[in-house]
Amino acid sequence: MALFRRVKSLCSSTIRGYESSARHQLLYRCLGTSTKDTVVRATLFPGDGIGPEIASSVKQVFKAAEVPIEWEEHSIGTSVDPQTNSFVTFDSMESVRKNGIGLKGPMTTPIGKGFRSLNLTLRKSLGLYANVRPCLSIPGYKTPYDNVDLVTIRENTEGEYSGLEHQVVKGVVESLKIITRHASLRVADYAFQYARSNGRKRVSAIHKANIMKKTDGLFLQCCREVAEKHPDIVYEEVIIDNCCMMLVKNPSLFDVLVMPNLYGDIISDLCAGLIGGLGLTPSCNIGDNGLALAEAVHGTAPDIAGKNKANPTALLLSSVMMLRHLGMVEKADRIQKAILKTIEEGKYLTGDLGGKASTTEYTMAVCEHL
Amino acid sequence: MESVRRNGIGLKGPMTTPIGKGFRSLNLTLRKELGLYANVRPCMSIPGYKTRYDNVNLVTIRENTEGEYSGLEHQVVKGVVESIKIITRHASLRVAEYAFHYAKTNNRQRVSAIHKANIMKKTDGLFLKCCREVAEKYPDIVYEEVVIDNCCMMLVRNPSLFDVLVMPNLYGDIISDLCAGLIGGLGLTPSCNIGDKGLCLAEAVHGTAPTIAGQNKANPTALLLSSVMMLRHLGMNEQAERIHKSILKTIQEAKYLTGDLGGHSTTSDYTKAVCDNL
Repeated sequence: MALFRRVKSLCSSTIRGYESSARHQLLYRCLGTSTKDTVVRATLFPGDGIGPEIASSVKQVFKAAEVPIEWEEHSIGTSVDPQTNSFVTFDSMESVRKNGIGLKGPMTTPIGKGFRSLNLTLRKSLGLYANVRPCLSIPGYKTPYDNVDLVTIRENTEGEYSGLEHQVVKGVVESLKIITRHASLRVADYAFQYARSNGRKRVSAIHKANIMKKTDGLFLQCCREVAEKHPDIVYEEVIIDNCCMMLVKNPSLFDVLVMPNLYGDIISDLCAGLIGGLGLTPSCNIGDNGLALAEAVHGTAPDIAGKNKANPTALLLSSVMMLRHLGMVEKADRIQKAILKTIEEGKYLTGDLGGKASTTEYTMAVCEHL
Repeated sequence: MESVRRNGIGLKGPMTTPIGKGFRSLNLTLRKELGLYANVRPCMSIPGYKTRYDNVNLVTIRENTEGEYSGLEHQVVKGVVESIKIITRHASLRVAEYAFHYAKTNNRQRVSAIHKANIMKKTDGLFLKCCREVAEKYPDIVYEEVVIDNCCMMLVRNPSLFDVLVMPNLYGDIISDLCAGLIGGLGLTPSCNIGDKGLCLAEAVHGTAPTIAGQNKANPTALLLSSVMMLRHLGMNEQAERIHKSILKTIQEAKYLTGDLGGHSTTSDYTKAVCDNL
């Protein structure tokens, strides 16, 4: 069903001047004609700090698993590109748009003024409207929770992060939170579609509509409308503060969570904390025209950069999300199993996981487990 | 209202606002009339009631009058709605003052201001500015600023990293419930609201539990611990300590626990045990 919907949307949407080869590529992928021989081009942003090392780890694992991906690497520029007003160049943007799929390592926006933050540039230029983070307890990496298996889907374009603030009078400041039907429907649609294509049973909309009746109320209204089109998926609404309490007491109560921007930011980091932190959390951003940009959400860790100590798990798991988005489910499962097995065995763990292995040793272990 | 204003101190059980229109919610009325500007919740791991965390010992102090809960929303055009978040210097200074004052009087070492000022530069920025101003007057108390999402992640990984947290309204709502979850839920969490002129209204923040009402099954711990907060506010520290210790001992002994704590005792049995342990 999801296949037909995607093909339908691709056929009926207008081509905005982007290369039509991208459209054909996406079509072929959706129709499942992406066989072992069809190589998919994907953009890779290794990023800064430990980025290049962990990106190299992903390349190694993909090669060992014979994943038919051809990487198109792009680095952050050293000067501001006037077309994007950022260190991320126009060519880099075009690459992701053309390929429709990408993987991004951690990036630091340089301190300064006059240019946009890197992450903001990517988000705006690529129309990344949903941030998806599956949080799964990792056997072998003990946290106080061993039954976490949920996915947070966060609306990423509006809400409290619209950046519209002003001083009313001295000592009184206002910030505007914007909720639109368009953005709410869009993220709700994606949430239910994701639930369906990933065999998830329940979608919970997180809100504070008892207090913010109109804004969160509109968000909920949109979620309800989409829920009606998916009668086989259970839909519920949970107030944000109850949600947090339930999460710390019993995270197995949740399956897929869909939320406006701020709550999404908070809850997705809370859930990352439940399973062990950002170093183990995959993430994927969904944009216009079925575009997906998977990314590691941890920092650049400059203190261990270049020392072969970094933990590539987050980026590896994000690359697995990328493969699932492309429909390469078999390869995705294989790689994910190998990663989980490596961590469970506990023989080759990087420093942050309590071990002494280097990035390369850990990567080799993952390759061997394939 | 007048009674609380006159006495300056009160204790409140759970209340349900009747469904209907034309009148304000009970909690809102109390808050507005008494000028309750800060909600204080000490969250301490209760020995004998096992949760995933045994080292929680923090206090959340939430600004309770403005922020995201100002109730100012409107439709811009069809399908586009706005909600206004207000932060004022006055309210931010007031809650920050209380937070540091509380820290000092209760021998707490650190105050952390929780915010998202990297994104909400003006609003949360003003809140932080006010906290910094107050922090300067208390050089012996450590002051730090933590971004809300990092804060949540740190709380679920290692709550002992925190001592006193001071926050604007929405984050306070979220974090205080999160912390209540860490120690076992609202049935065990005390709470106190601070108003104008040093007024204090302690309250149980759990619900009215109509299903077990009148059956002598209820767990009075939250209200008891809130009453202890009331005593501390009045300076009756010795009595407060005695009662507090007694409650903790009763739960730790685990002979008389109410249903929600996994036992079979009645409210009166539990209460008697607390009295016996005094």
